[in-house]
Formats: sequence, C-alpha cells, structure tokens
Amino acid sequence: MMGTLAHSTAAGPPSVNPGTTPERVLPKLKISHLNFFYSAYHALHDVELEIAANRITALIGPSGCGKSTFLRVLNRMHETVRGARVSGEVLLDSEDALAMDVSKLRRRVGMVFQKPNPFPKSIFDNVAYGLRVNGTRGSARLQEAVEHSLKRAALWDEVKDKLHKSAYALSGGQQQRLCIARGLAVDPEVLLLDEPSSALDPIATAKIEELVFQLKQNCTIVIVTHNMQQAARIADDTGFFLLGKLIEFDKTEKIFKTPAKKETEDYITGRFG
Amino acid sequence: MAATTQKTFLNRLRNGDEVAHLITLMFAASILLIAGLLVLELFGSSTEARHKFGWNFFFTSKWDPVAGQFGALPFIYGTVVTSAVALMIAVPLGIGAAIFLAELAPPRISDALTFIIELLAAVPSVIYGLLAVFALVPLLRDPIQPFLKSILGFLPFFQGPSYGVGFLAAGLILALMVIPFIISISRESLLSVPNDQREAALALGATRWESTWHVVVPYARLGIIGSIFLALARALGETMAVTMVIGNTPQIAASLFATGYTIPAVIANEFTEATENLHLSALVELGLVLFLLTIIINALARLMVLATTRRGTAQS
Amino acid sequence: MTRHQWRKLVNAVMFSITAACAAAAVCVLFWILGFLLWNGGKSLNLSFFTQLPKPPGEVGGGMANAIVGSAQIVLIASLMGIPIGFLGGIYLAEFGTGAFPFFVRYTADLLNGVPSIVMGIFAYAVAVRPMHRFSALAGGVALSVILIPTTIRTTEQFLRAVPQMLREGALALGASKWKSIATVVVPAAVRGVATGIILGIARIAGESAPLLFTSFSNQYWSTSLNQPTASLPVMIFTYAISPYADWHRQAWAAGLVLLALMLLLNISARLVLSPGAPRN
Repeated sequence: MMGTLAHSTAAGPPSVNPGTTPERVLPKLKISHLNFFYSAYHALHDVELEIAANRITALIGPSGCGKSTFLRVLNRMHETVRGARVSGEVLLDSEDALAMDVSKLRRRVGMVFQKPNPFPKSIFDNVAYGLRVNGTRGSARLQEAVEHSLKRAALWDEVKDKLHKSAYALSGGQQQRLCIARGLAVDPEVLLLDEPSSALDPIATAKIEELVFQLKQNCTIVIVTHNMQQAARIADDTGFFLLGKLIEFDKTEKIFKTPAKKETEDYITGRFG
Repeated sequence: MAATTQKTFLNRLRNGDEVAHLITLMFAASILLIAGLLVLELFGSSTEARHKFGWNFFFTSKWDPVAGQFGALPFIYGTVVTSAVALMIAVPLGIGAAIFLAELAPPRISDALTFIIELLAAVPSVIYGLLAVFALVPLLRDPIQPFLKSILGFLPFFQGPSYGVGFLAAGLILALMVIPFIISISRESLLSVPNDQREAALALGATRWESTWHVVVPYARLGIIGSIFLALARALGETMAVTMVIGNTPQIAASLFATGYTIPAVIANEFTEATENLHLSALVELGLVLFLLTIIINALARLMVLATTRRGTAQS
Repeated sequence: MTRHQWRKLVNAVMFSITAACAAAAVCVLFWILGFLLWNGGKSLNLSFFTQLPKPPGEVGGGMANAIVGSAQIVLIASLMGIPIGFLGGIYLAEFGTGAFPFFVRYTADLLNGVPSIVMGIFAYAVAVRPMHRFSALAGGVALSVILIPTTIRTTEQFLRAVPQMLREGALALGASKWKSIATVVVPAAVRGVATGIILGIARIAGESAPLLFTSFSNQYWSTSLNQPTASLPVMIFTYAISPYADWHRQAWAAGLVLLALMLLLNISARLVLSPGAPRN
C-alpha cells in the first residue's frame, strides 16, 4: 500500500495539510511556533497546527510523545504546574488565547479528562457547576440548561429521575458522559477530550464515540487518543506526534492510507509504539 | 511570546485568587506569630530570675518564695523521676499491647481494641487525676506500698512512710496516661512494615512470634522508639493528674513513697499566688525549661517515626 | 521438650502476655468508666446542673455556672481558633510553595507538642497581664492557641487527600482557583475537616491547666467575658483536692459529665462523620 510513495525523512519539515478549509475561513484554533518546557525539559518543539471548526481532530502518537501536553496548553491547564513554560502563539478565532483571561478561555475551550472526575455532588449540581461558577442564576434557567446538556451527552434518559442522587452512583461510562455533559453545559466552542474512553469498556467507548461524532455539529472537537482505530473511526483530521514534535497532520484518511512521513507509517503499521 | 503580562499590584489584587492567597497566607502566618510571641514571653518574663540565679538555678534545691530563694532542682528531679517511673511501666506494657494489636490479633479485634485505646487518649487529665486521688492513692497507701516495702524495702526506692501520694502515685497515673500513645504509634509503625518481611520469615519456618520479634519489631524499632520519646514528652508536660497526687513538696528524696513536686505542678499551684516579680519570673523560667525540653524531645520523636514510615513505604 | 515444642510454647506464651497487655490497656478505660458511673452517677442530680456552688463546707449546690462558663470559654476559643486554623490549612494545602509553608508546618507540629500549661503562660502574658484581670476571654485565648496548630494540620491533611483530578475538573470549567477551592475541594474534604475540628474542640474542652491562671474560677455567674469564669475541668480539680466530702461527691458528678461529653464527641466524630477516613 505504501511501497511506491517516496517518504520524506525526519529531517524534513513536518507535513501539515489543514484539509479542506478554504483560505477565507479562519481556523478555530491556530497554533504557531509552540514550544513547551517543564522547567529545563523541552517537551514540545515548534508545533504548528490549524484546527478547523466543527470538525473532529484527533491527535495520536506513542506514550510520552507530547500529545496530552499539547492538548493541555490549548486550555492553559499547564498553568497549574509549577515550572511549566510556554512560548509561541495560540489563537482562538484570532484572539490571543495565551493572553486572555484564563477563566474566559476555559469557558470557550472545555476539557474532558481521561478518568471520569465528577465532583462529589449530585448529578444536577455537577452539570450545573460550570454555569453557576460563571454567574448563571435562576433555577429555571439552570434546569433547562442541565436538561439540554444531559440530552446532548445522551445521558438524560438514564438519569432524569435521579438528578439529585450522587454522581458516584453512576457507572464509569455514565460518569464520563456526565463529565461531557458538564463540559457542554457552558456551551464551549471547542471541546478537548484527553483519551476520554481509555478507562472504559468497549460498549461505553462506543457510546462515547457516537456522542462525540454528533457533537461536532455545534462544537470543534480535539481528541487525544492512543487508540488508532478510534481516530480512524471518528476523526476528520489527524495529527501524529512523536517525541514532542508534530510529525504529520492531514485528513484522517490520508494519514492512515497514505501517510507522507515514514515515522507516521511506522507508527500506523505498528512497527513501534 | 510569554503568556503573562506585567500587571500592577492593584490589578493583581482585584484578581480573587491573589486575595485568597494573601488572606490564607496571613492566617497561616499566625502560627509563626504565636510561636514567636510564646518564645518572647518565656524568655522575657524569665529574665529577672535568669539574671539573678544564672545556671545555679538548675543546681539549687531550695525553693523558698518568702525568702526569694528559687532553685529548680527539686522540680527537675520530680519531673524526671515521675516520667521515668511512668515509662518503665508504660513501655513494656505499651509495646506488648502494640505487638499484639498489630501482629498477633485478628484484624477486627485489633481494630475494636485500638479504637477503645485511642479513646483513652481523649480522656482529660483532671479525670485521670480524679481517679488517681480517690481510687489509686488509697490502694497505694494500703495495701500496695506496704507490700512493696515488705519485699523490696532493702532498696532505697521503697523505704520511708507510705502516704499514698508521692512519686509512685504520680508515676503510675502518668503511665496510664501515656500508654495509649505508645500503643497507637508503635502499632502504626509495626503495621507499616512491608508484608514481604513477615512472609519471608514465616516461609523459613519461623513461628508468628519469632517473625514478629526477630524481624518486624527490629524493622519498626525507630518508630517504636519515637513513640517512647513522644510519650516522654507528654509525661514531662502533664499537669493536672500529677499535681493532684504528687504531694506538692519541693524536696528531693530517693524513695518512691516520698512526696515531691514537678515543674508543671509548681507552675499550676503557685502561678496565681506569686506576688513577687522574682517568684513569677522563676516560674516562667521553669516553664521555659519545660518548653525547650518538650520541643527537643518531640522533634527527635517525630524524626524517628518519620524514618520508619518512610522506610516502609519506600521499600514496599 | 524438643526445640520445636519449646518454640511453640514460647509462641503461645508471648501471645498470651501481649494479649494481656492489650487487655490491661483496654481495662483502664472500663476502670475509669466504672468509677465515674458509680460515683458520679450517685451524685448526679438536677441541682448539679441548675444551682450555683455553695460556700466551702456547706452541703449542696451545683456547677451550673461552670457548665455555662466552660461553654463560653470553648466557644470563644473556637470562634478564634477554627477560622484561623481552617484558612491557614487551606493556605498550606492549596497555595503554599517553598520555604514559608515548610516553616509554618514545622512550627505547627512543634506547638502541638508544647504542654498546655506553657500555653497558659502565653495567654497570661497576652490577655491577663494587659487586662489586669482573669477573664473568660483569656481562657479562650489560651485554648485557641492549643486549637490552632492542630486544626491547621488536620485541615491541610484532609484537603491534600482530595484528588488533583477534582481540582482540574473545576478549573477546566472556568472556575478561578479560589472558587474551585471553595466550591469543590473544601466540600469534598468537609467530612474529614469537620472530624478534625470536633476532635480538637473535644480536646480543649477537657483542658484545665491553661485555665488555672487565665479564666481562673468564679463562685457566681460571670456576667461578662471580662470576668473570671468557672469551668468544669477547673472545678473538678478544685473540688477533688479539697477536704470536703460533699465537694468530692460533686467532683465525681462533674467528672462523669465531662467524660460523657468527651466520649460522645470523640465517638461520634470518629464513627459517624468519617467511616474509613485516615485517623491522625
């Protein structure tokens, strides 16, 4: 399948093709010259990337390649770690994401974590948390928003009569969908998913994937996954990270069928990682 | 391009996080303030006595407020003796109980008994004192002390008239008060020994006791010694129960049946009655001595307990 | 006897000896309880709770003022000590980095080991000397400086036990740091923190040494916080060492009340509030 194409080596520039985004339409997220340091350790090297709106972008790569680190820069979660430094530019709709008020950024760019982390509160209060913290008042508005988010997360039917029970009474898969509902409640423009189904069984995983696929209509999704089949199943665009560098970024079909870089091909075919 | 822009102090203050940081920091700093004021007060108010008596304070045994003569020796002696008696009783009992609870007893019994023993640590000092005065002292006066006199009377520790109150009474009630601490901390030190140590011994055919005594206890010895130091620190500072049964006589006597005095007891009894500044100053100096002693012993104790639990978790 | 039989014998004997040690320790509690229930129960009556002490030598009277006084002093100490300890604990767990929190922690641990009578000397200097009188306030100060170091450390301990994931979850939703602490971290730790605080209050409620020369004592009702105030532990002490049989009787009653309170607070805090939480 790959034999006839000439592959560029690691010494060449990364192959980045933003896909079908027309020149005039701005990318949702534009990342330029991004470098990231954990104290002295240089974790991300000069990452350049444009993430298109209303599409699912997957980031794949072996463990420790920097894809989760990269993801966490997008909503500045790296700022919770001492010694973490970032240089470069991240534009959200051409606004400087690294300079804007971080709470505002995180309302627009939400995150779902690898292990479900619902708060020790009721289901209702979990979903309503983001709204309350950002100033939404009025029980009618909250009720409406909670119901809407739980429906978007395909969880409403399962929890509608136990909204005031503890979130911990739910199964792992349900808790993760709850976390997605919680993230959706503030109506983010971008949703970052950090290996959202790695802690879940295959059935729960399938539900999450279905959900994510539907969400892209109103939301830009960036998903980090170590599961290549998952990326192949749901992502429109895929980026391959290796050792802190973005090696290749293109439409998913191209990455998996005809990758331009040898490293990408080696990873896809399982020669390492 | 760096993410954070330079903000003015006022600007940052408007940020709720900075305010929260500052406020909570100030409250945390209160600890340092309290410690600082405490040390200041202990050194400051004892200046008069320290300058008047110097180091002789610790070697003089005459304590006569009327004549303005203050020597700390009887109180140091009493504190040391009562604590020593307490430890001699509490350490074997406490370690024995801890070994039972950590190694030999079935887990549910161990948890239930430990719960009860830890409740003992919550019993106030005056209540121990109450029991000491009305239940222990009469017992000591007759039959216990006469009995001890009859079989051990050749030793200077068991001679002289038996009032019931005295060093032995105080030492006994102190022992009861510190046993729960020795048990609790030793038990945790023993429990923190990694299981593979026990299993290795048992696999070689050791009996439970042998595995415990030859392998587990030595492994946990630092924590156990730490618990003893902690118990010592508590015994040194115990006030109420001791005051009620030591007899309040500033004297140095070899016999455990004799009455004596301890540092906390004399402070408790004489602080409100000290009319002369020198008297008060001498009492504060005693307080200073007590403070320094307990700090040093506590610091050592915690280092040892820390060493055991670290070893346990590092190697498991 | 073979060597093997000897070893088995030693095993059995040591098992018995250590079990006896544990049993002896446990028996102490029952010894205390037994005496107090017997002697205290005999002496406890309504007038204990409702009447004021009678002059020395006279029979009768109660400790109503001491009960109220203790409550006052403990309340003052709690109002001062709990906020300081709680907020300080938040600083140590959530904000502090570097040398400063290390010193605070270390100093708090040291203060925890200082005998309570020395804390009484501190309170005397800080509250009694400037005010030229004994007072409930001074007693409250004395008890609060015992409460603060233990509250700050247990608060920190239980806050640290909250998983980092929860903090990140709150931050990722746009909550500021202090909001995430107030609305997620603290509620998650509230059981443990409350247990620690209750146990701290129980501890200071039983203290009498630091009260001897701060709140002192009072035969009558204290009408203000500025006056010497009777407290239950001090009364027990005073009555127990007195020569009056009736006072001894009342000391037992007071002892029973105090112990009952201690045990109630301790048992309920440990059992009800945090089943399975790490004990200090």
